[in-house]
Amino acid sequence: MKIVDVAKLLNAEIVAGDATKEKEVTCIFASDLMSDVLAFARDEDVLISGLSNPQLVRTAALLDMHCIILVRGKAATDDIISLCDKKGIACLTTKLGMYEACGLLFQKNLIPNKAKSK
Amino acid sequence: MSSNSVHLEFDVVGNNFVSAGSASNEVKGILKQLGIDPLVIRKIAVAMYEGEINMVIHAGGGRAIVDIFEDKIEIVLIDTGEGIEDVELAMKEGYSTASESIRNLGFGAGMGLPNMKRFSDKFELESEVGKGTTIKMSMLFPE
Ligand SMILES: Nc1ncnc2c1ncn2[C@@H]1O[C@H](COP(=O)(O)OP(=O)(O)OP(=O)(O)O)[C@@H](O)[C@H]1O
Ligand SMILES: [Mg+2]
Repeated sequence: MKIVDVAKLLNAEIVAGDATKEKEVTCIFASDLMSDVLAFARDEDVLISGLSNPQLVRTAALLDMHCIILVRGKAATDDIISLCDKKGIACLTTKLGMYEACGLLFQKNLIPNKAKSK
Repeated sequence: MSSNSVHLEFDVVGNNFVSAGSASNEVKGILKQLGIDPLVIRKIAVAMYEGEINMVIHAGGGRAIVDIFEDKIEIVLIDTGEGIEDVELAMKEGYSTASESIRNLGFGAGMGLPNMKRFSDKFELESEVGKGTTIKMSMLFPE
């Protein structure tokens, strides 16, 4: 699914990284704990979180993800927006909660990573 | 080892969550340019990032010294923070002394040090309470 369609599905606004919005994504990781993301993520392209700070973008960038989604109506700070633009990472914000956002995406066959190595 | 090594040093600023992670990010970019295997780069980047964040959060900042050789990378993280009293405990998954406000930033899973160890081929931690902590990690490049 294209990032722009993910945004539509979640009724989300694309607040940064507009240039990336046509990119296809298939695999999602959701967490508010960045070390857990770093420990358990494999090759997901999207990071969903209720966290709104630059470390979210750093974590996504480190793992070569293309999109972050801020749930629960969290606003993206200026730091987040400028870092996303710099890194070419799309930043979406939605009022939906984490569970609902994940549920909607799961229904559209966006999957968790199956390649559970190590 | 090899002669054509890259030497890098970074100041890691304490308690600054905007710059936190920039050193590991830069190293990642350099490794990419050098054509290192993406999976190996990811391990290195994650391990160094965790170490960098720990210095930012727990030690009031520090220094990162990175040497890239033909066959491996060596990363040394040095801080003069408060040190770690019980290293064995700190190395356990889930152990964290992060404050509530730090947890609200998304840290404090207690996974940083275990991640660093898991993603390193060699991992050494030395710490003295009141003096600081030094971590040495190295990762081999396959082939
Ligand atoms: N450089 C350091 N100086 C002082 N104490 C440290 C340092 N690094 C780690 N610690 C101590 O070791 C504990 C465990 O570190 P670890 O990185 O595993 O978890 P964390 O930083 O608390 O949480 P996470 O990394 O999952 O966000 C920390 O909570 C802290 O008490
Ligand atoms: Mg840590």
